[in-house]
Amino acid sequence: MARALINVPPKAKRGEVIEIKTLISHTMETGFRPDNTGKAIPRDIITDFVCKYNGQEIFRAELFPAIAANPFLSFFTVATESGTLSFEWTGDNGFSATESVNISVE
Amino acid sequence: MTRQDELLPRTRRSFLVEAAAIAGAAGVGLPLGSKPAAATPASMRAAIRKIVGEAPLNRGKIKIDVPALIENGNAVPFTVSCESPMTESDHVKAIHLFTEKNPQPNVISVQLGPRAGRASVSTRIRLADTQKVVAIAQMSDGSFWSDDAEVVVTLAACLEES
Repeated sequence: MARALINVPPKAKRGEVIEIKTLISHTMETGFRPDNTGKAIPRDIITDFVCKYNGQEIFRAELFPAIAANPFLSFFTVATESGTLSFEWTGDNGFSATESVNISVE
Repeated sequence: MTRQDELLPRTRRSFLVEAAAIAGAAGVGLPLGSKPAAATPASMRAAIRKIVGEAPLNRGKIKIDVPALIENGNAVPFTVSCESPMTESDHVKAIHLFTEKNPQPNVISVQLGPRAGRASVSTRIRLADTQKVVAIAQMSDGSFWSDDAEVVVTLAACLEES
């Protein structure tokens, strides 16, 4: 299981725009880099990232090899109601990671 | 004697020319063997056309925020933001990012909605060379807006062990 870091303000006012920061450990091997023998190292990247707010999708990203190792993504959302933000990363070689955080909205 | 003097430099010169030619050929051959096909401005335009289609590409609204000079192309902090009220009727649907000289033109494609509140995304990207990066925003009304930025990279990504 890859290690993921999520930064979401634990409390927010209703209607406030909050920033969500995510970071996950992953090599993001591009598939273009040669190894010692000159053969290209096979691609191994995270291809998709989805963020859901109480089950409803609010953000989706398709990643390509040009994203740096340990993909960092920061984006915004409107704090509408208390609940859970769930994050899901999927990628090559069956890679999958999920994480969720709670947020309370006043 | 004079004849030999004349001959000697000539043979040495021809030897040097040949040596240079061999070295040149090897120099050309090496990157061809180890470097994968690189994206060109043309392939970037093709990738952009695939997203945009026949719609006109306007300049403005979207803004790239990236340092102009990068020491390490392996992790370039990159922020792209777009002016939009982000309401149900007028919001940014998607943001796409392209590079000119990376092995692949695509970098990231992001889908947003009115619930994003603010159309702004930050990430860290790889840049294989000094090049132009292009960001494109797709609005809910179907229009496309773009911005580009020149980035100078001193240590390229993709080639060295990181």
